[in-house]
Amino acid sequence: MDKLLELLEKNPEFSAAQLASMLGESEESVRKRIESYKEKGILKGTKSLINWDKVPGSGVWALIELKVTPQPETGFDDTAKIVMSYENVENVYLAASSRYDLMALVRGETIQEIAEFVSKRLSTLDAVIGTATNFVLTRYKEGGVAFYDDETEDEQRSLMM
Amino acid sequence: MTDYTKLLNSKVQNLKPSGIRRFFDIANEMDHVISLSIGEPDFTTPWHVRQEGIESLRRGKTWYSPNRGFSELREQISKYFARRFSVEYDPGDEVVVTVGGSEAIDLCLRAIVEQGDEVIIPQPSFVCYEPLTVMADGTPVIIETKAEDGFRLTAKDLEAHITPKTKLLILPFPNNPTGAVMRREHLEEIAKVVEKHNILVLSDEIYGELTYGREKHISFASLKGMKERTIVVNGFSKSYAMTGWRLGYALGPKEVIDQMTKLHQYGIMSAPTTAQYAAIEALKNGDKDIERMREEYDVRRRLIVDEFCRMGLTCFEPEGAFYVFPSIQVSGMSSEDFCEKLIYAQHVAIVPGTAFGDCGEGFARVSYSYSLKHIKQALESMERFLDEL
Repeated sequence: MDKLLELLEKNPEFSAAQLASMLGESEESVRKRIESYKEKGILKGTKSLINWDKVPGSGVWALIELKVTPQPETGFDDTAKIVMSYENVENVYLAASSRYDLMALVRGETIQEIAEFVSKRLSTLDAVIGTATNFVLTRYKEGGVAFYDDETEDEQRSLMM
Repeated sequence: MTDYTKLLNSKVQNLKPSGIRRFFDIANEMDHVISLSIGEPDFTTPWHVRQEGIESLRRGKTWYSPNRGFSELREQISKYFARRFSVEYDPGDEVVVTVGGSEAIDLCLRAIVEQGDEVIIPQPSFVCYEPLTVMADGTPVIIETKAEDGFRLTAKDLEAHITPKTKLLILPFPNNPTGAVMRREHLEEIAKVVEKHNILVLSDEIYGELTYGREKHISFASLKGMKERTIVVNGFSKSYAMTGWRLGYALGPKEVIDQMTKLHQYGIMSAPTTAQYAAIEALKNGDKDIERMREEYDVRRRLIVDEFCRMGLTCFEPEGAFYVFPSIQVSGMSSEDFCEKLIYAQHVAIVPGTAFGDCGEGFARVSYSYSLKHIKQALESMERFLDEL
């Protein structure tokens, strides 16, 4: 595993100099590697992790399974491209499953809005032969970070050393 | 009114409370303290290890274990020590499983030391050696290690403190609080003095898995002729992040372990059963966990050392444990003052070096057993504090 990428993934707020300290490398070399990751499209930017469960009225999310007929040459790509072009679609994955082919995470204001989006926009796509909608009830963990039961218990730790 | 001072043991009454407590008391009364003071891993025990503990409870394994610990655990300890540190111990009579490394230290002192015996304790070091020596009727003889020696114990200093009454040397490396380690060449010099004066050694190697850089930890018992003179103290707390399970062990000559086991049997009976089952799993399948945590500590160590140097806090490069011991002399304050002002001004808690011996004056112990985010935040607050001085 690339240690620099691992550090960047978990700690995007560190400077190149600090990352260089942590890796025992020169600052110059770390800067160059970061640039090259950006050019290659490996490093796609930084994003805040928000636990929307704690924000009242922030909306609803659903994992939508899509059964898709693969197309000659392009397979599932064309359908995936159409699905990902919707702004309310946050993630799209191709999965190896007997039940479905594409999985999309969709955000909406209400359950009705998502239901409508699925029935009018996704189910109607030519290659889509079936959908299943799974509403997200609780976020336990996202982006490697525990959202649920994340209270710290430091004050209960021993005073010894 | 009952006058307890007359009823209580005067030796106990005269023991100083741990110097760290005052700072925790201050910290506990404040909101949002950023602590860099704790002395245990921030990792939780690896899940497969916890599972084995749970599984043992599920199967109803709730009884005492044999006094020395389960034989399977002792066998695994013996294999582990041979695999990692190249010293062979007979699981039958050269191993005793204890309630943390601390109990092993206490047993060792009580089994060896008697009235008038001198015990050599290098400082700065863990807080328990001196009081436990006193309680064992021994006389602590302190050797002050110095920053210019990398806080190592030198053969010259050791030689200078040995008297006909010297019975035991405590060798606390990798060191809490300085992060100092003793390389093979340093240990060999010590071994010569130990041999010459016919003394025993309590080698506290609880941080033995946490060394950084080119060389691994060398167990003092692995040196020629030293196994028969050394009681190695180790445990699961630091290497496997198992502090709360309270499990350690001592390795040594049968004659010493037998006496320690007697004390253990009368005072403790046996170490916690659940913890022993978990520890067996840790020893069998936990080498990769040690490595994962060690690498993570190393990243933090490098960051914190470079950042301290940049801020102007001279920092001896720690090569073991998870502490740095920067000099705070640039502030012109005493260690206690520095730490107290820091906590009031920036709500950052670190431990004054004097908590680990008088020679810790001018230094402070900073633990990097925290997440990188937490460390970064604390460092920024410390920098603001230094800028405002």
